[in-house]
Amino acid sequence: MRLIASIFAALITMIPLQGFAGNSSTDEIAKYRQLLADGNPAELWEMRGEELWKKKIGPQSVSLEQCDLGKGPGVVKGAYVELPRYFKDVNKVMDLEQRLIHCRITLQKLTPEQAAAVPFGSTGNPSDIEALVAYITAASRGMKIAVSTTHPKEQAAYELGKRFFFYRAGAHDFACATCHSKDKQRIRLQELPNLLNRTDAQNTYSTWPAYRVSQGEVRSMQHRLSDCMRQQRFPEPRYASDTITALIMFMAKNAEGGVYDAPALKR
Amino acid sequence: MKIILSAIAISLFVTGCATAAMQTDTGKMLVARLEEDFSSKGPATMERMLNQDEVQKACSAYPLDMPDEQMEALQASQLKTVKYPADGNYLGVWKEGEKIAQNGRGMQSSDQVKGTNGGNCYACHQLAKEEISFGNIGPSLYRYGKLKGDGEAVVKYTWAKIYNSQAFTACSNMPRFGHSEILTEKQIKDVMALLFDKNSPVNQ
Ligand code: HEC
Ligand code: HEC
Repeated sequence: MRLIASIFAALITMIPLQGFAGNSSTDEIAKYRQLLADGNPAELWEMRGEELWKKKIGPQSVSLEQCDLGKGPGVVKGAYVELPRYFKDVNKVMDLEQRLIHCRITLQKLTPEQAAAVPFGSTGNPSDIEALVAYITAASRGMKIAVSTTHPKEQAAYELGKRFFFYRAGAHDFACATCHSKDKQRIRLQELPNLLNRTDAQNTYSTWPAYRVSQGEVRSMQHRLSDCMRQQRFPEPRYASDTITALIMFMAKNAEGGVYDAPALKR
Repeated sequence: MKIILSAIAISLFVTGCATAAMQTDTGKMLVARLEEDFSSKGPATMERMLNQDEVQKACSAYPLDMPDEQMEALQASQLKTVKYPADGNYLGVWKEGEKIAQNGRGMQSSDQVKGTNGGNCYACHQLAKEEISFGNIGPSLYRYGKLKGDGEAVVKYTWAKIYNSQAFTACSNMPRFGHSEILTEKQIKDVMALLFDKNSPVNQ
């Protein structure tokens, strides 16, 4: 037991030195859960997110309560498991974060810069978006992932995401598929989900966003994917871009039917 | 009967074309999107993402089912890119090789431009037995030299494999360390020593 503990300690300190930073093995997560006595700090983000959702801000002092996340103005429950989706008012497919930014601009009259400010929080500089995302996603807990690809633009986003998943490029010739298309693969000791396998895709997609113990923050899928693209030796993706929405569409469709269970807890 | 068959043939041909056309369309749309949605940072440049070479293009188009002849043609053309060490010396210092195998830095948007890159062999391979934190995307290389010997053919093959993995396995998941200028000739020599030196922990 002592040995195992020190191995984990060593791993945690080693990880930042490696090119492939990320989460870790299931055992490690179990250990953190125990440490936190079944609590998840993400609850604090969920609570702050609910306050922010209802808070009147901007030049006209408006809340987000009339934001249409796809199920009608103000409907939060069950919205996330149907995202990304086609929105008629903008004639495009949006993921949760794109839609939130859209509502902050159109309803709250924030500038695009204000609306997308601090997408990823850090100590002393919390992200309102991460909190809002935690609140909205939590309202889909226990529901089945059910994104639609019936609209031609939804189908096109799925196809684009799939194409990107297999797109090999950069100094190392990596694609998402290099690390995420076979069962039971690992980078060092970190288990890599096979995102083409339904069970793995469901387990993965249903557990983001997550409170990451190593970062002390709730992180969204946007954040996870940006970190993978860095490891992939790709240039920097623009936050809330259509490429990321397409990838999320592809992953969400592969995870269809999985029971949503986040914000979760990860290394 | 004949008519039915040719009707089937025609419809197959037509759907074949439609899918191929759709594929190139999605491909073009993707490149246009990437151009808009990404920006160069550090050593991770737009050029390297957008300008796919023959291997990257072919392996993206056929992630699972590339025709055999195309695989062989790719391997043959990639083998021609391999540069063997000018001084005929294949083996450097295994201790340096171990450091390179451990180091996962290099070519990421978060890394230095022209910094020293690692090989990150442990991310994908087992090597020295003491290092228990190893991945399994590639085969175990534990006891590589001990099992394979150090004959000229195996040494040259291993050099070429590290220099350009695609020369032997089209669409290999292993980076092309020499060809893509990730590791220098000296670094490849050191990694080679890690695999072949009798005193290397890999061969204990
Ligand atoms: C070089 C390898 C590599 C590449 C390329 C890569 N990833 Fe990852 N990915 C990782 C690692 C390592 C983790 C952390 C795994 C863990 O939590 O154990 C990870 C985690 C993930 C997760 C979360 C898994 C979970 O269960 O929490 C998702 C989703 C993901 N990657 C998607 C992608 C997508 C989409 C791409 C392409 C844009 C991609 N990855 C490219 C290595 C990679
Ligand atoms: C991203 C994963 C990855 C990394 C990093 C990686 N390899 Fe590999 N390697 C593979 C895969 C997959 C194979 C087997 C498939 C093939 O032949 O390409 C392989 C095969 C090999 C082989 C051939 C083994 C044989 O029996 O013929 C050698 C030698 C090798 N790698 C050495 C290295 C060295 C040295 C490094 C570090 C400089 C390294 N690899 C880094 C994935 C990787």
